[in-house]
Parts: sequence; structure tokens; C-alpha cells
Amino acid sequence: MKSYEIVVIGGGPAGLAAAIEAKSNGAKDILVVERDRELGGILQQCIHNGFGLHVFKEELTGPEYAERFIEGLKQQGIEYKLDTMVLDITDHKQVSMINPEDGFLQVQAKAVVLAMGCRERTRGAINIPGSRASGIFTAGTAQRFVNMEGYMVGKDVVILGSGDIGLIMARRMTLEGAKVHAVVELLPFSGGLTRNIVQCLEDFNIPLLLSHTVTNIVGKDRVKEIQIAEVDENRRPIPGTERSFKCDTLLLSVGLIPENELSKSAGIRLDGITGGPVVNESMETSIEGIFACGNVVHVHDLVDWVTEESRRAGKNAARYVQNQLVQGVKTITTKPGQGVRYVVPHYIRPENIEDKLNLMMRVDNVYHGARLVIKEDDRVIKSIKKAHLAPGEMESIKLTKQELETIAGKEITIALEIEEAKE
Amino acid sequence: MSKTVEMICISCPMGCKMAIETITNGVTRYKVSGNKCPRGEQYGVKEMTNPTRMVTSTVKMKNGHLNRLPVRTSDAIPKYKISECMAVLKAVEVEGPVKVGDVIINNLLGLEIDIIATRSM
Repeated sequence: MKSYEIVVIGGGPAGLAAAIEAKSNGAKDILVVERDRELGGILQQCIHNGFGLHVFKEELTGPEYAERFIEGLKQQGIEYKLDTMVLDITDHKQVSMINPEDGFLQVQAKAVVLAMGCRERTRGAINIPGSRASGIFTAGTAQRFVNMEGYMVGKDVVILGSGDIGLIMARRMTLEGAKVHAVVELLPFSGGLTRNIVQCLEDFNIPLLLSHTVTNIVGKDRVKEIQIAEVDENRRPIPGTERSFKCDTLLLSVGLIPENELSKSAGIRLDGITGGPVVNESMETSIEGIFACGNVVHVHDLVDWVTEESRRAGKNAARYVQNQLVQGVKTITTKPGQGVRYVVPHYIRPENIEDKLNLMMRVDNVYHGARLVIKEDDRVIKSIKKAHLAPGEMESIKLTKQELETIAGKEITIALEIEEAKE
Repeated sequence: MSKTVEMICISCPMGCKMAIETITNGVTRYKVSGNKCPRGEQYGVKEMTNPTRMVTSTVKMKNGHLNRLPVRTSDAIPKYKISECMAVLKAVEVEGPVKVGDVIINNLLGLEIDIIATRSM
């Protein structure tokens, strides 16, 4: 059986950054496994701009951002396999895969980096009633058809969900000549960036209907009509508020789920809130030597943060294969407190921190004028004032090695302290 | 004579709700309120005088492994030119190989802005 020092599963932004960083930190044999026909992952279909402001200090489109990393991978001479599906990872880091060239193949890795990304929630995940007509797509699928394959998915469109992909697709479909009747959002606020609401909806006079949902899909062969209604505070449709749009297409932008089938079968512990592996400061999962990064761990809103996190995972995978990661030492748990939904990483071993650690988190509502406070019991370790907080915008706090060394116990809490009334 | 337009600033995630008052008293001036920083004022005035946007789209690709080649404007173009820009792109068919950054259309609509490829193919 062929063996590698590090096998990276997934050739999107997370896998590419992890592999390049592992190589730069002394790892020798690295294999990147990608199931698509090319590297770059979902960035290749995200042809809009707005990527790279933090990593490259300039504004790039998705394909441009991807190409920089693909070039980096090739320059480093890192081996990769395309059209290759990983079937299984064992807790002993044996990776089974299949492709048209090698057939079935098993390799032994010293370390594994999970970078499988995430998957879109579908109609089935949210149980929309109505007929099973054609013309119902997840926004990402439609994006791939339009931007890469060159197929227009419809002419008269309603979009359910106002996350960034839904907003971006509203503009994209409009530019390509479709009529987007409305973007319908179940929650009383949009999960997308304000910038996208302005540039994708307001620029084209596309209505954003907050606190509304799709109540029925009508159409025998193709979608003919989408019925919507306003919802109450319990997200239940309010009788009498129904109305409908004559259209041929429904796009769904109703959330993303980390893709962890492989992690589960390997026996890796998952976090119920993020849907991704529980990780420590080195982005190592509950199985020693198996690391994870990017959207497979938690869904990010900016690829720049995926890159930052994945570089950390790649570097630590390299440290692991060179026996530089300390195992079985003092471990601190990071606990989300009031107003904070989750914190990544879940565990910190201060001995493995070189200078600082980035804690990433999401809040549970829209807040103005609040503080993110890290505490050990009643002692404040760090407190940061935030003028604006929203669930759609990931927050991060840096802790220095010195600050981490002041922690005597086994747990710190990250919570929101509200100074003004919630909006 | 004055009229007021409301808009949300997109310079940062704060999303200030601003009001921009147009004052026509011999010379046209704009008074921005509701912004919490100078960038808001800058954005508000720009939106009133010459709003611009980057356009990202695709063109037909003849011999690539994909049917479409992603492209963008080399800089932001006036907002009212977006649909004209799309019409121009619709008629373009590119033959490979193309490198990222290659100019696909020179001096788009006389705006001194190019259309460039955003990936190699």
C-alpha cells in the first residue's frame, strides 16, 4: 500500500491552503484528493468579486482567488488526484478512494486533513409542500449551471432564502435576462451581507420579503406558480396573507451543512451546533493526527477566513508528522455563553500555541452596542466592544500566548454582554 | 429647493441608515446625515453623483473544458452602463487558451475600462 505523510481530502480553498502550508512547513509527501474534474472547489462557480480583501489586500473574483492557490500547489510540486472520490477513512488513517484511472485505491497516511467543505440544504431538508415539478434548484446548483456549464435555469424566478448565495443569484439571473420576482426570507432579517442586499437587490429593484415563506409549489411538469405567505413570530404562515407569483423557477438558498459523512464513519466526534468536527487549537479532531479545516468544520462567510484556518490546519499537520505537536497536556475548553452559538476551536492546549490563537464564533441574533467577553469564572481575560453583531457575520477574537497562560482552570466562557437594548 | 433620498451605507458591515439631502441653491450640494464616519459621506455623495459597480459575468468559450469563461470589468463602471455592458458580453465568443488577466474586450463602450478573463482555460 502506498503511503503519504499527509493526505488532504478536498481540493477547494481549504484543501489547497492546507496542502501548501504543510509543504512550506516541512511535510514531504502530500496528496490532495479532489472529486471534481478540476481543483478550486466552489470558488470556480463564484464568478462575482469580493474575495481576497484580507488575504491578498485586493478584491478578486472566486476563480482568480482559486487560481492563485492552484498555481501555488503546482509550484510546490504537490501531488493531486482529480475525479477521485474518497470512500472511507479509518481511525488508523487508511484512506480508500476510487477513480476511473486507478480503480479502487488504498493509501496509508501519517496525518489526514479533512477539507470536504459543505453542501446545500435542499427542498427535502425544509419540507416545502407542493408538486414535484422541474424548475426547483438549490442556488448553488443554478450558479454552476449558469456560470460554468452555460445553461440558463429559468426565466421567471422566485428565490427562497436571503443568504449571500441567494442574493448573488438574484443579481446573476437578472443580468442574464431573467425576471426575479422576489427574494423570500423566513426570518425577520437577512442572513446576507448588507453590501449584497444593496448591490444585488436594490440596484435591480428586486423585493426582499422578510418574514415570508413558500407555502406551495404548483405545476405538473414545470413549476407554474409559487405561493407564499407572511409568517408569525413562530414562523408559521398567517392565514389571509397568501399571494402567488407566476414563475417557472424556484431557487433555494436555505443554508449550508458541513459534509461529514467521512468524518462520521471514521468515528470523529461532531459538534451538534456547527455540524462539523470538534477541534482543538491545531484544528485536530477527536482522532489524533486527523485535522479538519474550512466549511467542513463550520460554515464561513468569507473565503479569507477559510484560508487562515486551513493554513493553521496544514501547518499543524506538518508539525504532527514531525512529532512537534504535544499531546496529552493541559487542555482548556472554550464554552459559548449567552448570545454566542458556538466557538471554534472547542479545546485549547496552550503548549501548542506559538504566539496567538484566533477564536471564531457566531452570535445568535442581531445586536448593536455589545461586548464579546472572554472570562475564566468571573475574571475577564479579554473584552471587545462591538458596534454591530449579526448571525450572518462571523466574529473572531485573538488570544495571545501570554493571555492563554494566565488561565489556571479547565474552562473559559465566551459570552455577549449587552450595553444597549437589542435592536 | 431640496429633496432627500434614503440609503444604507455599504462601506462597512455597520450599515448606517443615511439620508442624503440635495440642496440646489445655485450650486448643487449634498448633505449626508445618519452616517457614523466620513466614509459614509463619501459613499452617499458618490451614489448621488456617479454610482459605479464592478460587473462580473461570463462569455461563450469555444474550446475550453467549460462552456463559459468568467470575466470582469477591470474597474467599476457607471451603474447605468451595466445593461449595455451585458449586451456587449452576450455577443462575445472566445477561443482558448486564455490566461487569467487577459484582455477580452479593449476599452468597453469607450469607458477606458477593459473586460478581462478571471481564470485561465
